[in-house]
This record gives sequence, C-alpha cells and structure tokens, in this order.
Amino acid sequence: MATDAVVVKKRSAGRRLAGLFYGRPRLQIGSLLAAPMAWLVILYMGSLVVLLITAFWTVNPLSGSVIKEFSLVNFEELVNVPVYREIIWRTVRTAALVTVTDALIAFPIAFYMAKVAGRKTKAALVVAVLMPLWASYLVKVIAWRAMLAEHGVINWALAPLGLHGPEGGVTAVWLTMSYLWLPYMILPVFAGLERIPDSLISASEDLGAHPLTTFRRVILPLSFPAVVAGSIFTFSLTLGDYIAPKLVSNEQFIGTSIFDSITNNQPFAAAFALVPIVVVIAYLGVARKLGAFEHV
Amino acid sequence: MRLSKQAKIVLRCCVGLVLAFVYIPLLVIAVEAFNSSKILKWPPPGFTFSWFGKAFESESAREALITSIEAGVVAMLIAIILGTLISLAVGRRKFFGRETISFLVVLPIALPGIVTGVALSNTFTQVLGIPLSLMTVIIGHATFCIVVVYNNVVARLRRTSGSFEEASADLGADTWQTFRWVTWPSLRSALGAGALLAFALSFDEIIVTTFTIGAGEETLPIWIFRNLFRPKELPIVPAVAVILIILSIIPVYLAHRLSTDDGGLTPGRGAAARSTAAPAAIAEAEATAAH
Repeated sequence: MATDAVVVKKRSAGRRLAGLFYGRPRLQIGSLLAAPMAWLVILYMGSLVVLLITAFWTVNPLSGSVIKEFSLVNFEELVNVPVYREIIWRTVRTAALVTVTDALIAFPIAFYMAKVAGRKTKAALVVAVLMPLWASYLVKVIAWRAMLAEHGVINWALAPLGLHGPEGGVTAVWLTMSYLWLPYMILPVFAGLERIPDSLISASEDLGAHPLTTFRRVILPLSFPAVVAGSIFTFSLTLGDYIAPKLVSNEQFIGTSIFDSITNNQPFAAAFALVPIVVVIAYLGVARKLGAFEHV
Repeated sequence: MRLSKQAKIVLRCCVGLVLAFVYIPLLVIAVEAFNSSKILKWPPPGFTFSWFGKAFESESAREALITSIEAGVVAMLIAIILGTLISLAVGRRKFFGRETISFLVVLPIALPGIVTGVALSNTFTQVLGIPLSLMTVIIGHATFCIVVVYNNVVARLRRTSGSFEEASADLGADTWQTFRWVTWPSLRSALGAGALLAFALSFDEIIVTTFTIGAGEETLPIWIFRNLFRPKELPIVPAVAVILIILSIIPVYLAHRLSTDDGGLTPGRGAAARSTAAPAAIAEAEATAAH
C-alpha cells in the first residue's frame, strides 16, 4: 500500500492527465474536436448563416449605410432585373459548356492512361497531368490573357488562316476555364477507368463485341459516375470564379458581379453569393442521383 | 484492352494534343518573361533578362512576397493543429456525427471560393466589427487549409492500423509515450506533406484574399493582379509569374517526396485541396501508377 502511494505521487502531470482520459472515449473525442469544431462551426458555418441573414438586409441609397431589417428587395432585384437574370444564365451556361468540353477532352487521355499505356508511360502521364495543377492559378489565367491578347499567340497563329481569335467575350472565358479545370476532370475519370476490371473488357471482347460496342456497352456506363464526379469540380469552380472573367473578358459573370457590388452594397453581394450555393447544391443533388458519390 | 493499330494512333494523337493544350500556355508566359517589348507581343521582338532584375528590385513586390510568406506560414500552423486534431478523432475513433465532420472540413473548399470570401468578409465587417487586415486573410486561409492537412493525415491513419497503438499500450506505454513513439513517427511525413501543401495553397490563393485583405496590404497574387492594370508595371508581371510558379512548385515537390518516400499518398495540390473526390482519385491514380 505504502509503495503504491509513493508511485502515485511520482506520476508526472502528463501521466495524470493521460490517466484522466483513460477509459473516457467521449472526453477524448471532445478534447480532440473542441478547437477545430469551434473554428469550423462557429466561425465558418456562423459566417455562412450571417451571409444568409445579410442577404435580407438592404442599403440606404443615400447614406450607403446598411439597414438591418428583413426585406426581400435583393432577391426581387435578382429575379426581376433582366441584366442579373442574364448574368446568372450566362454563368450557368458557361459552367455547363466548360464541363462538357472538359469531359470530352479528358476522356481520351484518361482512357489511354488507364487502359492502353504501359506502366512507365502511365506514371509519366499522371505526373504530366498533375504538374499544371501545381502551377499558380493566377499565372495560368495571365498566360491565357497573354495568349488571347490582340498581339498574342492565338491571333498570330490564326492570322495566316485569315481568322481572328475570340476577344473579351464568353468564348475567351470558356477557353480559359476549360483549361484551368481540365486536370480536375482528367484525374477522377482516370481513377474511374482504372477501377474497371480488365476481365470485364476481355469478356466483352471474347464474346465477339466490336471495340466500339465494348466501349459503348461496358466502359462508358461504368465510368460515367467518375465523369459526373469530375464535373462537380469543373461546374462549381466555373460558377464561382471571377478572376478569369475579369482578366480575359469584359462580360459580367456571377463572380464579377459579386465582386463589383461588395464595396457599395454588401447585402446585395450576399444575396448574389447565395446563387452559386443554391446552384451547386442542386447540382450535387443531381450528381448523387447519377452515382457520383458511390466511388469517391 | 485490345485495340486496332489505327485506334491506338488516334488515341496517341489525342494525348499529344491534350498535353500541348496543357503546356503551351505555361511555355508562352515563360517566354513572355524574357520579352524585350513593353507590351505582350507574340512572337517576342527580342530577348532580355531585365524584367527579372526589375522584379527583384521592386520594393512593393518584395513586400508582397514577405506578406504572402507570413500569411502562408501562420495559416499553415493553424491548419496543422486543427487538421491533425480532427484527423486523430475521425481516423482513430468511431462516434456519432463522424461523417458530418468530414463534410464540414471539406465545405470551405467545396463551395466556390467567392462564397467563403464574401461570407467571412461580411462577418468580420458587419457583425464582429473587425477591420480587414492580414489577420483576417490568415483566418480565411487557415479555414480552407485545414482540409489539406486533414486529408493527408487521415489517409495515413486509415492505412496504418490502430493495433500498433494498442500493442504499445499493452506493453505498458502511456498515452504520451504511445503518441511519441508510435503514432507520431507514422504520421510525421504525412503531416509534413499536408503542411507544405497548405502553405502552397495559401501562397497561391487570390479569391478569398481579395475579400478579406486590408486596404494597405498586398499578398503576391494580389500584387500581380493589381499590376496587370498598371501599364507601366505590366512587363514585369510575367517575370514575377515565373518566379511564383517556381516558388509554388518547390513546396509541392517536397510534399510529393515526403509522401512517396514511405509509400504514402501523393496529393496534387489544387485537386487535393479543393475537393472531396480528387484526393481519393489522385491517391488512387498515383498508387496505381506506382505499381
């Protein structure tokens, strides 16, 4: 007994603290999660809730001060003013177009990487596709600004053909965005194709299917959820971007409109920022139906 | 898959075209950095190193670089602490609401950056009455950097068995000894990789930064963005851009080394950070490529 007491006394503060946690899983989890949850729930989720509330406030047009009273003015404006309707529609349309473009570009290379290339080529291609993700996002946008400029590469390359590149329009944004988000499509599609067992493809071939039939009846249905998974990124990233539209075009998009209204009319910017949230959530709902979350 | 010769040729051409599409813009901006003309012009009329010299001399660019590094380091430290805590809870224990937590961690990066930016800036200025400053930038960056550390560490925890920790406890080690000698050595490299990626992500970020930065401050991306609209400073932008590419590739390269050294997961920065699906996809892609 006496020696036990001595041992207990000698236990360091650290050991005593460890003893306190022993056999108390809830306390363990609670102390691990307290700080991060405070940050994410109170600060971040709290901010999102505040954003939602602010969207119903208004700005006094004369003084520019925020009136903290419930009003639907911002939403009425978003729905009724044709310019805003057109901006939302243009952004969603561009996001859809970028998504389809990226899916079409990504599929052949992802297929080659997953099912045709040898081991070494495959590893090299994965790195080659990942590399541009590492290069600065802003630099990539600037690169496209330089390429699309009046005296840029694209006009230089098109001049002998008597053509002129896209200038400051939706086409420029479509090109830039398709470029920016392409790796986000290639990687999930590649991973999805990798998961298709070779034996299924062999079975189809052994049963006499033409390669195109194998592609249409076996490969495409099995890899479609991966394409949808990739489309979540291409779609949602296009929806919220404002740097690329600002740097390569003069057209207004959801992002640029939010950016332009934030200094003068924060409640309106908040209301506008809810638009991409709603669209992304709707899109996630559709993606879930299409099975995009089953493999990721 | 058995393919005809023609089909293979067509596929190879596709691969070549995609790689050209991916790399030509990066080459163009690199070449423009040596362009002797004052406007961006193709083909460049002459060759010069002078923009790099001017970029290094530029006081504002240097200050912006230091601001970026400060923001990146502090955001990274916060992300390391919070990300590791969450992954230890999620990766090693079962409890009600575990799925919700993974979702919560990913949310700041799954939602468009502009939403995070507007939401935080709105809360700071309208509700808390905190003026925008470098601190608010750091808070914003840390919020979306948590996921990178979390993804790396939790993936490592999932691949290493909890039975090592149980064995350590059975052999008489206390909680701290087990952490020090068993958990920590297995997490070290994943944590390092996550930290480097968090830094790189913060270093490169511009969307959340624009909304949360104070009036007098500039990070490097913000500096570049503003100078694009100042004709006098324009020619040094491609030079700074090339420096930025090199600076942001170094941490990612190191992270890659760290996580592949012991057969870990290789995270591509953007994808790993931005998404729920991409980290898994990349991890798998790299794992299969490595076989």
